[in-house]
Amino acid sequence: MIWWRAIAVAALVATTPALLAGEIPPDARRSGYSFVSPDTRAMQDDDTSNPGMLFVLDGEALWGKKVGSADKACADCHGDARSSMKGVAARYPAFEKALGRPITLDQRIKLCRANHQQASPLPYESRDILALSAFVAHQSRGFPITAGDDPQLSAFVAQGRSLFMQREGQLNLACTNCHDDNFDKHLAGSPITQAQPTGYPIYRLEWQTLGSLERRLRSCMTGVRAQAYDYGAPELVALELYLMSRARGMPMETPAVRP
Amino acid sequence: MARSKVYIAVLLASVIHVANAGADELVPYEITGDGITTSLTGAPGDVARGRTLVLARTTTCILCHSGPFPETRFQGDLAPDLTGAGNRWTVSQLRLRLVDASRFNPDTIMPSYYRNKGFVRVGRNYAGNPILSAAEIEDIVAYLATLRD
Repeated sequence: MIWWRAIAVAALVATTPALLAGEIPPDARRSGYSFVSPDTRAMQDDDTSNPGMLFVLDGEALWGKKVGSADKACADCHGDARSSMKGVAARYPAFEKALGRPITLDQRIKLCRANHQQASPLPYESRDILALSAFVAHQSRGFPITAGDDPQLSAFVAQGRSLFMQREGQLNLACTNCHDDNFDKHLAGSPITQAQPTGYPIYRLEWQTLGSLERRLRSCMTGVRAQAYDYGAPELVALELYLMSRARGMPMETPAVRP
Repeated sequence: MARSKVYIAVLLASVIHVANAGADELVPYEITGDGITTSLTGAPGDVARGRTLVLARTTTCILCHSGPFPETRFQGDLAPDLTGAGNRWTVSQLRLRLVDASRFNPDTIMPSYYRNKGFVRVGRNYAGNPILSAAEIEDIVAYLATLRD
């Protein structure tokens, strides 16, 4: 038992890139869950009170619904998501050969819909894309995050990391200034988390709806008075990829509930 | 014909001037020791207005700082409590710390409140403008100077 653990630790050490100053050591990483109130945790933990589960249920219905001129449902190709989609979201953003760059789970769903279902595109942050994404990601609940392991992604992880470290906007702040250096402190009374993206799409009480990691990143950028990247922009995908690789090994929680 | 060209040139110049007003023109200031001794507006700030500004979320002060503000619980703890700021700093020191705190520590998370250049990807609504106007800096400096233990 002990030597199994030793192997696991050795494997983690071997695959973890060297930390830059200010970065969080693997064993000190904490999900946003540990920063929220007991009430919010209880809401997430109980599927009957977690509002994100309504989107998961909607997503399940959409999974089986035939759409587009191909008249195909997701299930017609992928079968039962409970088995076929297990652990899939934990690997996203993933490298897409045809594009030569990483894409998010939402972009994968959009591509599938365009190419295989030949259906009208679902806009970013629309209820249906969030529902499908939540349903697929929910099949990874409890799975360790492995996104970024693909060696073809290393340049994009590095791009995401440099964006995370880059000061920007009129307030001239980088993600790292708050989320590596000042987590557990309070910004206007609200706790600052480590920005570990373990539960996306998340139900955010402030939004009163489910939202993607891109939405969260864009609102942080607006907060530092920077020009937010458009949904689907390569920079946002690189940031998402870096954040997921930074959370490597942490369990997925989708749908998480956050204030 | 020549005359109308001149008119157009003058008109264009004035349009450009209006577009840039408040954008590219910051009041020049002189640093003496570790402060700015002269008011950016040439007049002392207004203490009451300064307090209102510090408490307004748009100035961003209390996102990071706390202080003697019993009426709000939405205060930050990323930066020192402002209580006693008037004991710790002179008016001149406070003014430069608001204008450009990065001068003292390039790694500081305190924004430079009176700077409008050298930033990355500034939002469209903010581009070319400092976070605070000269008058707002002076009001806040005047208020902070009154915070004595």
